[in-house]
Amino acid sequence: MKIQKRRPTALAALLLTATFAFAGCGSDDGGDGGSADGGSGGGDLSITMLPKNLGNAYFDTSTDGAERAADELSAEFEEVGPDTASPDAQVSYINTVAQQGKDALILSANDPDALCDAIDEARSADVKVVTFDADTNPDCRDLFINQATAEGIAAKQLELISEQIGGEGEIAILSASANATNQNAWIEMMETELADNPDYAGIELVDTVYGDDEDQKSFDQTEALLQNHPDLKGIISPTTVGIAAAARYLSDSEYKGKVALTGLGTPNQMREYVDNGTVTAFALWNPGDLGYLATYAAAALVNGDISGEEGDSFDAGDLGSFEVGADGVVLLGEPFTFDKDNIADFDF
Amino acid sequence: MSTPTATPTRTYAAYSAPLWRRLLVSRETAVIVLTAAVILYSLANVPNFDGPLTLKFLLQDIAPILLIALPMTLIIITGEIDLSVASIMGLSSVLLGVLHDAGMSIPTAALLALLAGLACGALNGFLIAYVGLPSLAVTIGTLALFRGIAVGLLGTTAITDFPDSWSDLATGTIGESRIPLVMIPFAVLAVGFVVLLHFSTFGRGIYEIGLNDEAARFTGVDVARTKMVLFLLSGVVSALAGIYFTLRYGSARGDNATGYELQVIAAVLLGGVSIFGGRGRLHGVLAGVVLIGVISSALRLESVTVNVTNIIVGLLLVASVILPSVLGWAGSQLPRKASADPSGPRPDKDTATAGV
Repeated sequence: MKIQKRRPTALAALLLTATFAFAGCGSDDGGDGGSADGGSGGGDLSITMLPKNLGNAYFDTSTDGAERAADELSAEFEEVGPDTASPDAQVSYINTVAQQGKDALILSANDPDALCDAIDEARSADVKVVTFDADTNPDCRDLFINQATAEGIAAKQLELISEQIGGEGEIAILSASANATNQNAWIEMMETELADNPDYAGIELVDTVYGDDEDQKSFDQTEALLQNHPDLKGIISPTTVGIAAAARYLSDSEYKGKVALTGLGTPNQMREYVDNGTVTAFALWNPGDLGYLATYAAAALVNGDISGEEGDSFDAGDLGSFEVGADGVVLLGEPFTFDKDNIADFDF
Repeated sequence: MSTPTATPTRTYAAYSAPLWRRLLVSRETAVIVLTAAVILYSLANVPNFDGPLTLKFLLQDIAPILLIALPMTLIIITGEIDLSVASIMGLSSVLLGVLHDAGMSIPTAALLALLAGLACGALNGFLIAYVGLPSLAVTIGTLALFRGIAVGLLGTTAITDFPDSWSDLATGTIGESRIPLVMIPFAVLAVGFVVLLHFSTFGRGIYEIGLNDEAARFTGVDVARTKMVLFLLSGVVSALAGIYFTLRYGSARGDNATGYELQVIAAVLLGGVSIFGGRGRLHGVLAGVVLIGVISSALRLESVTVNVTNIIVGLLLVASVILPSVLGWAGSQLPRKASADPSGPRPDKDTATAGV
């Protein structure tokens, strides 16, 4: 009797266990194309790209860029990566690269410290390690390809808003949370720049509000800004959640086309508002260029053209020449501007 | 001659197959042979599988699964299951991080994490053994509960500043060899569990509970206590695996080791343990863990995605569960051999005994 009672339980457990095996099947369709057709080109340079996770449009774009560079360099290129962005999942891929004895690893680190042991092991197996998008501790990788500096981001956003409001009028900032470190650094730089730069003499920053990177709160804060400041000419939102929420509010309101909006956003979120005229231009970096530059940097390291010291310079195909800065950081450049002429070229 | 019709003494040896056959023709042997075959194939065909780093990384990767598979085998043999092991790993990982961050030394923090694992096991064990709830329901609940506590304690952040001496210990190898240091505690535990399961009365009780727990109770097995002990062991070993995991990856996060319970259960079933309880041996399970580890390692070297690895492991698992049933059914369709007929078993021996 007891045995019969237990069977349904046991069967259920069995089914549950079997599902695990198939759980992976449907989880991502987008990202793993790169690994299947790995050996493109026939050069003796082999590069593995390890994004934070697969099936992520942002990293698909950077991988496309890296693949283009690998083709130009006729390097063997493959993309591998975990389904979820966790550091322990990246470790086994880094280990595998060490085992395979690849020439270079390009990765976006899921944790600045946790990966260092594995990276050290790979580097002692003569793998050159280049990080992009998210860095590890400077002493455990060869180079970091930085997408943008805080100064560059602050300057670009002021430049865009000044252009859009004709260099004169009241502006406000819609930020993430009040204690977000990088947002606050940008805001502070923008304030200094507004005060010091004579080009911006006619622009007045009247308010800074916080949407906490929540869609609804950012939406409400936009509404409040426009009511409290009837003469407001422009809004800067240096956060992807904020700019999308503000754009949604503006595009349905009487302020559409009258109040300018710019900031940091992704093309997929902003496409609708650029197409309908709510937003003229916004900024971010181009992940494709980031992957492209990282691949050229990795190749330059492997070929011995550079050693990763400050002042080393190397050639990166279409993007021109780059110089290694302090702490082995290579800067991609100033942020990339998306507007209605180029937004269709991007999908992330 | 008086005729006291002495009942023939029926001994186990008189009915069972000869020892060599019992040892060689078994699920465990099949898994070991399959594992050896996959290793030989990979050595010959997978580039870099024969490299110097493979053994080290392979053993490091499977160490937590090897550890937890030990108590899990015993639990599944009793016909129960523990789905909360990976959540206990996550919780002990977070505790190690949080307590270390608060200024405790690693040994103290690890001891407290082990105690927390013991407490988790005690909760599972109490609800299953003494309250009498089904283990599937209890441990799927505690799976969510312990994971929830782990994530709640640390949020989405990670603690990564562990002292190098300890992470070196977790990633180091024994002397100049390729065997990771973690294999030493594993070997000690493995010997302990083999003795416990295969060479002790407690172990015989485990099989008896799995086959028929009513009968086990009547033969004097303390069913509730046995189950309680097993879940306690499972909790504390899972916590140990969590500590190793944290130090190896140098990162304490709430979502550490998510999904490991399924890998453990897959390996245990692949190793020939019956999900219905009562059958299975530890050497088969250990071979099952190694088999899954070798397959994942070889496929990763071939740059095959995780999904394909999961499909292969899943198919192996399903096959390993279905095959015995299919073979059993096929066997029952065949005409029975005379020697297997209960009415005349081993007449030579039985008559000899009866004639005395």
